[in-house]
Amino acid sequence: MRPWKFFLLALAVGAIVFALALAARSDYLFFAGFVVLQFIVLATAWNILGGYCGYVNFGSAAFFAIGVYTAVALHKIGANSGRYLSGTVAEFLQPLFPLSIAALVVLSGAVAGVIGFGMGYLTLRLRGVFFAIATLAMAVVLQTLVINWDFVGGSRGAYVIRPDSMTIGGFKLDYIQYLFAIMLVLAVVALSVSRLIERSRLGYGFATIRDDEMAAEAAGVPTLRLKLIATTISGAFMGMAGAPYPYYIGYVEPAGTFGLQYAVNSIAMPMIGGTTSWMGPLIGAVMLGSLQQIATVTISSAVNLLIVGVLLVVFVIIAPKGIVGLVQDWLRARARP
Amino acid sequence: MGIPLDLLINAIVAGLLLGGFYAAVTVGISISFGMLDVVNIAHPAFIILGSYIAYILNSTTGVDPILIAIVVLPAFYLLGAAIYQVYYLSFERRGQEALRGLAFFFGLLFITEVSLILVFGVDYRYVEAVYIGPTWRLGFVDFPLRMLVPCTVSLLMVIGLQLFLTRTFIGRAIQAVAQDQLALQLLAANPIRIKRIAFGISIATAALAGAFLIIIQPVEPSVGREYIGRVFAICVLGGMGSLPGTVIAAMLLGVVESFTATFYGPSWAPAVSFGFLLLTLAVRPAGILGR
Repeated sequence: MRPWKFFLLALAVGAIVFALALAARSDYLFFAGFVVLQFIVLATAWNILGGYCGYVNFGSAAFFAIGVYTAVALHKIGANSGRYLSGTVAEFLQPLFPLSIAALVVLSGAVAGVIGFGMGYLTLRLRGVFFAIATLAMAVVLQTLVINWDFVGGSRGAYVIRPDSMTIGGFKLDYIQYLFAIMLVLAVVALSVSRLIERSRLGYGFATIRDDEMAAEAAGVPTLRLKLIATTISGAFMGMAGAPYPYYIGYVEPAGTFGLQYAVNSIAMPMIGGTTSWMGPLIGAVMLGSLQQIATVTISSAVNLLIVGVLLVVFVIIAPKGIVGLVQDWLRARARP
Repeated sequence: MGIPLDLLINAIVAGLLLGGFYAAVTVGISISFGMLDVVNIAHPAFIILGSYIAYILNSTTGVDPILIAIVVLPAFYLLGAAIYQVYYLSFERRGQEALRGLAFFFGLLFITEVSLILVFGVDYRYVEAVYIGPTWRLGFVDFPLRMLVPCTVSLLMVIGLQLFLTRTFIGRAIQAVAQDQLALQLLAANPIRIKRIAFGISIATAALAGAFLIIIQPVEPSVGREYIGRVFAICVLGGMGSLPGTVIAAMLLGVVESFTATFYGPSWAPAVSFGFLLLTLAVRPAGILGR
């Protein structure tokens, strides 16, 4: 299937999902669905670097939080631009505020992409494991920075009041429905980009890095450049996933935003779904995301994180190729008489 | 400069004492990551586990936490040996340690932390011992015993390990396995057994490091995360697997953190280790005493 056909098809599927959700008339469905979609974006973004190139990023929470806090900072500047910006700049920028969420998504993605590029530039020339450790440490440091950054509330946190509703082209949507729709589009875009990369020259380059970086380098693959591209795209999508979050939750504080659940989920979902294709993160995110939404309501939110951790360990030991790999093996075994 | 001399010297002393403790925290990583090439990012979680065991036994029996840690050393050793066995069978033998091995240890880190939260909650826990509280004073320099005792025992442990690694057959075999696994096999030593022993030892050090940690500060399950950046920064800076290098790097980081805490405020201290790590990786990845 051509990439644009896939994109249109995915968009159509997204529209059907949205219509069904509207028809169900349940606010809870939108709140729960938003989280699942958010994890689809995070897992897909992680997989572009982790699954395709084989470089583990433990700092998903940090990139997500970059998106969240970019949105918070821009929201705050927009709310009192006169106070934070000097005269002429304020006059010039005033008509732009308040920024729409779509604009916040793009800007947050840009900031997270730039930081991803910087991180990659400093650590990707060394062995892959140093990159992994550096991302782990980066999460702690960014959290320290945010705790000490009073403008976005420091450790006390910041409130973001979301409007009640939103009117698009004559349709009046509840704000949560609007956020859900934005996240849905973002998930469609992330999946399309991920599938496009997988089947392009870029994706084959990534696969050579994953399988044998030394041989790839020797064969003339520009490994550093490819790795930097992957880190930037991956970081940018994680940042984009974070931008709508403050409007969803209404109150953000560092401990929650940098929570381990983002890091562990964005690794566990592709690993459990399968890392070599765009379907893996999608399957993993839908399964684990829904499971956690159910477990949070029925058991407790700490227990469902334990479930994710145990599933991750069990899957990497027993089914290293994930669900997609299991299905492929099964199909192949059936095809052989 | 308007920095009073006594403040400066006290900051240096506090940093050196802190560094001694960091050496105990890092020595396990220096063995597992530096020598065996096993990227055990779950090490800080085992340290917290050690802290909680010291807390449970101390609060029920009142025994000294360091003594408790020494008693549970064999249990931690066995735990480490078992983990290495699973790691070897599932990842190292299949050549998948890069991606899935890392995810495995990340999963362990996560399971340990969440289990501790489920059992003990997120309250801070602490231990009681005679040396928590009093402070020795030499002139204007403070030596809080709460820091001095862990620092001393920690340095003794590192010296003991260094002697073990350089003077005994198994110790030398551990150093050899880091250099050339095949050559060790040709000398009729089983590299997997040697690595299992070494990994067991590296986890055993976490029992002591955990006891030190809970003596120095109250502990809750997610404290371990702050140490991930620190231990790897020290390990890399110390030259990956060199124990003297580890001690020097630990002292250096301790002093820098103590300065940051004294002159800029303690909430900035965690950022220092990351700066250290990035700087080391970018400028001198071989570390101070690296080959």
